[in-house]
Amino acid sequence: MPVDVDAAVISNTRLSDDYSVLALAAPAIATHALPGQFVMLKTSRGRDPLLRRPFSIFQILRHDDGSPRGVTVFNKRIGKGTSLLYDVEAGARLECLGPLGRPFDPVDPPVLAWMVAGGVGLAPFVTLAEALIARGTAVTLFYGARRAADLHCAPIFERLGVSIAVSTEDGSRGTPGLITAPLSTALSAIPASQPLRLYVCGPTPMMRAVAGVAASHGRPCDVSLEQVMGCGLGGCYSCVVPARDAGGVPHHTRSCIDGPVFDATRIVWEALVH
Amino acid sequence: MDLSVAIGSLRIPNPLIAASGCFGYGVEYADSVDLSSLGGVAVKGLFLAPREGHVPPRIVETPSGMLNAIGLQGIGVHRFIDEKLPELRERKATVFVNICGTTIDEYVELARILSDADGVHAIELNISCPNIKEGGITFGCSLPGTHNVVSAVRRATRLPVIPKLTPNVTDVASFARAAEEAGADAISLVNTFLAMAIDVETRRPKLTNIVGGLSGPAIRPIAVRMVYECRQAVKLPIIGMGGIATAEDVLEFMIAGATAVQVGTASFVDPFIWTKLLDGIRAYMRRHRIETLSDLTGTLDTTARHKAWISS
Repeated sequence: MPVDVDAAVISNTRLSDDYSVLALAAPAIATHALPGQFVMLKTSRGRDPLLRRPFSIFQILRHDDGSPRGVTVFNKRIGKGTSLLYDVEAGARLECLGPLGRPFDPVDPPVLAWMVAGGVGLAPFVTLAEALIARGTAVTLFYGARRAADLHCAPIFERLGVSIAVSTEDGSRGTPGLITAPLSTALSAIPASQPLRLYVCGPTPMMRAVAGVAASHGRPCDVSLEQVMGCGLGGCYSCVVPARDAGGVPHHTRSCIDGPVFDATRIVWEALVH
Repeated sequence: MDLSVAIGSLRIPNPLIAASGCFGYGVEYADSVDLSSLGGVAVKGLFLAPREGHVPPRIVETPSGMLNAIGLQGIGVHRFIDEKLPELRERKATVFVNICGTTIDEYVELARILSDADGVHAIELNISCPNIKEGGITFGCSLPGTHNVVSAVRRATRLPVIPKLTPNVTDVASFARAAEEAGADAISLVNTFLAMAIDVETRRPKLTNIVGGLSGPAIRPIAVRMVYECRQAVKLPIIGMGGIATAEDVLEFMIAGATAVQVGTASFVDPFIWTKLLDGIRAYMRRHRIETLSDLTGTLDTTARHKAWISS
């Protein structure tokens, strides 16, 4: 059951001119959050913007004694709401509703977990990596961005013991080009007898491409879709995506309560608006 | 203190109803909100058959408001009765079923089917959705059309019949009169205002459907005025809505003439708004020594206006 917390901003760490990590005091949300779930944040106290914005829970914050303290979100300045969040200072308060949505299903050993992130799509993978590592599952992160300056927070994953492969579109770090290239190479090098699951979050064309790569290698693949949301609770039907039901028939399906995590084979990619 | 109000023969515990199209089928909120504590739940508009609705993007924000063009996506009346109504009944929700048709026969059939279902308390006739061409808006924008569909449904059911009026007409009060003459038990208003928003960089509409319905605090003063006009025109109970976000907004609609209200967009922003609204209403009643909330309806005082001091 989601709770609405009038959360104090603990800190807002600017990583670049676009990216920040916003830490919010919200123990009631941190206590119940599962990997891949999200919160709905009100980015202003007033009525412009009117609606909340969905954000993946980036990290669970804990006190020294291990008790839940709050959550962070990984924010990229794109529009009005994300710009307001980028500018927020410690001590401000933001209404934060969560945890929401269908979480990732972390695999157990001997299954390998490969996380594929594009840009701000890194957001759901810290909590997933922690859950996977806690189960003893080996985790690899394929992390693509436009340029080296947009690659953030890799040390968080290194500290957790996650192997990291990086690509940049301008070639300024890692493999030049899209993340699908090193991913395909790595998948080809793994024997079919080694079970493996892909977890993907990023821009829609990137997720579609990775879903295609996963399918061509016969690997299961979960995607975390990001859509415009009105409420986050299933009330408004704004955030629908074309997804197949159990019988294979596509329907407009709410990404807030039936997702944001979907089996990639359910998504009718050619019909998904981005 | 008595917060209950009567919509025709239906008495509800308080005047706060979750607005159709803004609260799913109610069951989505069953774990977060005590559905029995609401005045009612107006479920998402239902056709006879399931519908997929419009291609996203379906919403866009505007100052103090939002446009939507969902396109009445829905599971159809039969799946609603089989899959959603049992839980609503179990949760003791007062259920207003919003129905949409393309012909009078479809409205009548929907009303008959719902009259036989256990747990439906009232029927709200959607003759006002601005986002679909083939639906009830053609009835809602014509006085004879409104009269004919309301009277046909009136004959088909014993449930309270509540046509939901569109504000996209010149004189909404005349539609209230048409509904009253046709035997409606109450009216609800307003549905959303037909509107649009454009991305000037791409020169594309921000909604796939090009146009959508404006809701939220931006429309509230117009909705209050329309409720007031209808109050002058008809004796029917009025369920007022349009941008309600605070207890003060609820009271404003009631003073203008509403017996009950619906809350939609504001519950997107705050799904727990209901207890806050009720607390605010109770505080007002204590402050004004009002024992029975329904006494507030239609109590607008226009006598204290300043008189013109210059003769024209």
